[in-house]
Amino acid sequence: MPLEAKNLSFRYERGLPLVLENIDFKIEAGEVLALFAPSGYGKTTLAKLLAGYLRPCSGEILLNGAPLPEKGVCPVQLISQHPEKAINPRWRLKKVLEESGELREDMLSAFGIEKAWLERFPRELSGGELQRFCVARALLSGAEYLICDEISTMLDVITQAQIWSVVLSEARKRNMGIIAVTHNMHLARRIAHRVFDLEKREYI
Amino acid sequence: MIQKNETLLEIHDLSVSFRMYDATLEQKELQVISNLHLRVRPGEVVAVAGSSGSGKSLLASAILGILPSNASVSGHLHYKGRELNSQLQKELRASKIALVPQSVNFLDPLMRIGPQADGHKKPYPTEKRREIFASLGLDERVEKLYPFQLSGGMARRVLVSTALISEAELIVADEPTPGMSLSQALHALKMFRALADEGKAVILITHDIDLAFGFADRVAVFYAGTTVETAPAEDFCTGPEALRHPYSKALWRALPQNGFEPIEGFQPYAGSLPQGCLFAPRCPMATDKCRCEKPPVQDIRGGEVRCFYAT
Repeated sequence: MPLEAKNLSFRYERGLPLVLENIDFKIEAGEVLALFAPSGYGKTTLAKLLAGYLRPCSGEILLNGAPLPEKGVCPVQLISQHPEKAINPRWRLKKVLEESGELREDMLSAFGIEKAWLERFPRELSGGELQRFCVARALLSGAEYLICDEISTMLDVITQAQIWSVVLSEARKRNMGIIAVTHNMHLARRIAHRVFDLEKREYI
Repeated sequence: MIQKNETLLEIHDLSVSFRMYDATLEQKELQVISNLHLRVRPGEVVAVAGSSGSGKSLLASAILGILPSNASVSGHLHYKGRELNSQLQKELRASKIALVPQSVNFLDPLMRIGPQADGHKKPYPTEKRREIFASLGLDERVEKLYPFQLSGGMARRVLVSTALISEAELIVADEPTPGMSLSQALHALKMFRALADEGKAVILITHDIDLAFGFADRVAVFYAGTTVETAPAEDFCTGPEALRHPYSKALWRALPQNGFEPIEGFQPYAGSLPQGCLFAPRCPMATDKCRCEKPPVQDIRGGEVRCFYAT
């Protein structure tokens, strides 16, 4: 089940310059691809396009040769750079997780999610703690592809290594593909099979 | 005039707890920072590294006096020898002590970036702000934009610029670099270093520890609400053999370029802290003594460490 971006272009409003122009790449199931580009280049915009939050102005995104489904849980799940903005502030965290399926004990313990946190509101937890909920939520949904937009920059390096090891082992188990957006070349080299430089349009 | 060896900010035995209600509506105290010591001198960049959720951002809030109303603080905070109480905090906030907030949510969503970065100071420091924006690689058109139109890295640079525009003596930067590219992050850190070299002081809370070590004078490592080790930054550049606390060594080894090896387990939850050393449940060297007794702060090889077996 490959995920493909074909000749993708995008602008936020008519009259504004193109943010992304003719982006092409392809990732196979089970593959980990790291995306690299300068700040403000459009990495997050690309991540939103791939997960179906935005529609491209031209070009297409194909999952297994077909466009992303319009209804139901999207098989391409985005994990955002700012967990505090990606969680409903009025929901207790239990509800946040249950939205994407039944809670799995092993998942909670793998991410070190304390039982007590489930009854708390998002503003009572730290950014790193919230991000673990966001990652767990995306995995619980049964996604085929994860778009990880700088998911570990707000974590300490031990938690970063822990979360990536859970995500990568889950990806291997399910043959899930991962697109990881990051500024950290050391991290990219550790986790990814290939690193794509968006600016130079080449694999490095 | 501040002397080089004088202390700008002294934090002694700081504890922060939150009043909470449990399922039976019983009131309880949740202690999130305990017995924390930190000293910051003019001309210094002190990096604060450590576990997510270990109270680093709360420390920043405690210094600025912007903790939520259900928090209570005990211990001593001194600024230039004066007790830093809520009245002094109010006086110094934004003028002498500046915060670079952690979340990009701190930007006012309904205000354009330019006026927002200028702040309330009159006359507006527009010229200076443009200079700083340019040096951080922010285009002139950015000042006309609203926060939602910025990328993560751009928003971060705007937050950093607010502290650089202010004439603060103490800058508390709470994770200023995520989302920035390597060169931008290095540049932002260089600007903090330059401020310190002018005689100001910077507390740099960060997870990009590999970058921070190159710019900081000292590094304080936090774990579960307290400092486990405070050491000269060079020790972190040298590697685990120069470090004192097992948690600091584990942090070093978990860096992607140094092995990417996580240690088992998680930081204890503030409501159920272990009786002895806070790191004992995850520590490979822990003994019975560590499990029942809290290790005191010891001075070892020019650093401070809380571990019975530190060498």
